[in-house]
Amino acid sequence: MSATLVKEPETRRPGELGPRELARWAWRQLVSMRTALILLLLLALAAIPGSIVPQRDVDSLKTSRWQEQHPTLTPIYERLGLFSVYDSPWFSAIYLLLMVSLVGCIIPRSLVYFRAMRAAPPDAPRRLTRLPDHATYKVDQPATEVLARATKVLRRRRYRVTTSEEDGWVAAERGYLREAGNLLFHLSVLVVLLGFALGGLFGYRGGVIVLVGGGFSNNLTQYDDFVPGSLFDQTGMEPFSFDVDDFDIEWLTEGRAQGQARSFVSHLTYRTDPGAPDEEYDLRVNHPLAIGDTEIFLIGHGYAPVITIRDGNGDVAYSGPTIFLPVDPTFRSFGVVKAPDARPTQIGLTGEFYPTYDFNDGPYSLFGDALNPALSMTVFTGDLGMDNGTPQSVYVLDTDAATQVEKADGQAFRVDLAMGSTVELPEGAGSVSFDGLERWNKIQISRTPGKFVALGGVVLALVGLLASLFIRPRRVWVRARAGEGGTLVEVAGLDRSGNGDVPAELAVVAELLGLVRAEPDERTNQRVGGPT
Amino acid sequence: MTDADWETLSNQAIAAAGLVYFLALLAHLVEWSSLRKVSTRSVSASVPVAAGGVSTPPGDHATVGRDEGSRTAMFGRLGVLLTGLGVLVHLVGLLARGLAADPDRVPWGNMYEFTVSGTFMIAAGYVLLVRRFAWQWLAPIVLTVVLSLLMVSVIWLYSPVAPLTEALYSPWLVIHVVSAVLATAAFTLGGILSVLYLVKERRPATTTGYLARVPELRQLDQMAYRLHAFAFPVWTFAVLITGPIWAHQAWSSYWNWDPKEVWAFITWVVYAAYLHARTTAGWKGRRAAYLALLGTATLWFNFIGINYFSTTSQHSYASAPAVEQAVDLSVAPSVPPPGQLSGSS
Repeated sequence: MSATLVKEPETRRPGELGPRELARWAWRQLVSMRTALILLLLLALAAIPGSIVPQRDVDSLKTSRWQEQHPTLTPIYERLGLFSVYDSPWFSAIYLLLMVSLVGCIIPRSLVYFRAMRAAPPDAPRRLTRLPDHATYKVDQPATEVLARATKVLRRRRYRVTTSEEDGWVAAERGYLREAGNLLFHLSVLVVLLGFALGGLFGYRGGVIVLVGGGFSNNLTQYDDFVPGSLFDQTGMEPFSFDVDDFDIEWLTEGRAQGQARSFVSHLTYRTDPGAPDEEYDLRVNHPLAIGDTEIFLIGHGYAPVITIRDGNGDVAYSGPTIFLPVDPTFRSFGVVKAPDARPTQIGLTGEFYPTYDFNDGPYSLFGDALNPALSMTVFTGDLGMDNGTPQSVYVLDTDAATQVEKADGQAFRVDLAMGSTVELPEGAGSVSFDGLERWNKIQISRTPGKFVALGGVVLALVGLLASLFIRPRRVWVRARAGEGGTLVEVAGLDRSGNGDVPAELAVVAELLGLVRAEPDERTNQRVGGPT
Repeated sequence: MTDADWETLSNQAIAAAGLVYFLALLAHLVEWSSLRKVSTRSVSASVPVAAGGVSTPPGDHATVGRDEGSRTAMFGRLGVLLTGLGVLVHLVGLLARGLAADPDRVPWGNMYEFTVSGTFMIAAGYVLLVRRFAWQWLAPIVLTVVLSLLMVSVIWLYSPVAPLTEALYSPWLVIHVVSAVLATAAFTLGGILSVLYLVKERRPATTTGYLARVPELRQLDQMAYRLHAFAFPVWTFAVLITGPIWAHQAWSSYWNWDPKEVWAFITWVVYAAYLHARTTAGWKGRRAAYLALLGTATLWFNFIGINYFSTTSQHSYASAPAVEQAVDLSVAPSVPPPGQLSGSS
């Protein structure tokens, strides 16, 4: 598909193109091989920023943090779409152009291929010795016998053969499927893209933290985070629900990986819809539960200490399991407790939980298992900023308008609690108790329509790729005519992929034909490497 | 034997393999240095090049004095023999590494293990095919590459045997990693041949020294192409079929634009461009070699380089020493807690 300039009619100024010609020229440019190559390399180049600049859709937390650290770059990057490279207009433009170029390329090629498929091998060129790869032999058998044998040998080597008795040649061609593989590969790329688009448009992905013993039913309000596709329709969400009955975890207490956990199993009871019978499933990493088209994954776990806050009046202002997020492999976890209903002032706690508490220059966790659970938190009283209507993260304590509770000596007052104990806040502000410990599971729920389309597409692409790489389209011609002192046989070949080893194939064919070099010194011309 | 014994054995075997490879390299260097002043012209002129065959292997010492010739040939054989021995010791190191883990597993859990496995594949592939393809001339290069990668892995990438994280217990570990390492090995070899092509292209007519015994340009080009043509479908299988299937099972989404995935994709695109340029635009020789080298660069950047640029990768086996383990004090509920079970593969 090389780009050829359209010749302009004489009446126009040189170089002037009519709109139709311009469009044709632009189209030819777009579907040319060179453009496809440039677009491919551009696509690679354009994908790079997304691996270096944090991506909002991949890790929103990291992105927002990066943005805080780079206040000058952020607006520039924002305008360039660098925080979501893979759906930015310029990235889309490149791959859409590539797709158009691909379609524009494969449609005409398919037509050409369709015709070529049924065509007989082309007649032998008049002078085979002009072809780059050829050899000449002299034999005793008559020409007809040589040609008959050549037909047989080439047929056996799975060539499509035509013979011309009167002109004395055999033409053979093989490797028709290479182009088919090539076309299949390119078509499959479109299929993959279709599958990918289906997932991106109609799918969704959401996450939820569920307390062990708690449950979840599949509707939007229950998710902690939810990323819908652009055409996602929530009425189509499958009405399943599940309970996390139990969670097993095995901690390694010895060996090199001591402290690491393995064999996480979350025991679920689920119903495919509210009226359906209960079913059970052991949810593990790498073993998602599929309900209809939706899949449920276990992707994290952690602790939820049961904390009770009593306010200055002695009333319970907060009580319940509170989700703490693990910070390191020892499950030192970070959390916030807010008691907006505490009187006379609101009470907020922020700090850490240690499943196996120890102290050495500060509190730390020795081990991920809850062997000696303890809390260490600081206390704030006053306005926690929860009443002005702006939504707040449950993991952030707004201390702007609150005051930190201090000890008599002016140091920060810390609530250091072993499980089952209670500490009184200074000046009768209330008390905090650590009553128990629960666990939570982070469950990821996703629906990815089109995933099998994409998978099928890639598999087909691979099949096409293999065909296009390893099937060698070749033409071989044999010419035989009576000459002085015997029959002169010329054998020549052409490799249409440009990467095949024609001399080797010719040598094999000649050997099968029982040919011996006429002039031993004459070597087959070998093309020299270099741009052709 | 206890796991600790196996681990010691593995470390010793890898060190020993490195030593044996070094001796093999020395043997080949002796071979090549004594061939340094010998012209290939007389040799190649008297031996007709078989059509499509491989050009003068260094074993042709027709013009070398009889003593010198046999000595050179002996060192050549010694080199191959030592390389074979090195491969066996290397294999012991790999097996012991797998047995040192509890439970026993394939030794493909971290960068050190990948590199040790990858170098093993290169060395074993070379030893198995050296006779068939007359690859004697490749010996110094293969040994240098294997040796330096082994040194890199022992010095910088080493990490003690540890059980895999939960997400790695999957049959896909075997399939995905083997195909990725295999493709990487073949691409790397193809890259080396492309470098050789570019070097030889500057002095194509040289008749002495190492370059003269490297196959002619056309064959170098073709061999490079074949290696790439082999590696590309394997790479496609690794990063676009098995990778997404596993990612879907473990991380709930088959394509996450994870930095490793992005760079695997970039590498795929660059090599696709290479094959595309060769088959349709007729690029051969120098221009194709440059594209191949671009591919090699992205491939290795993906394996090692990207670890230093991005800390968000879920391929956490690759946490580079300089990269602090990013620990998120999650401030928004929309963030998966870092206590992820599946945080690595």
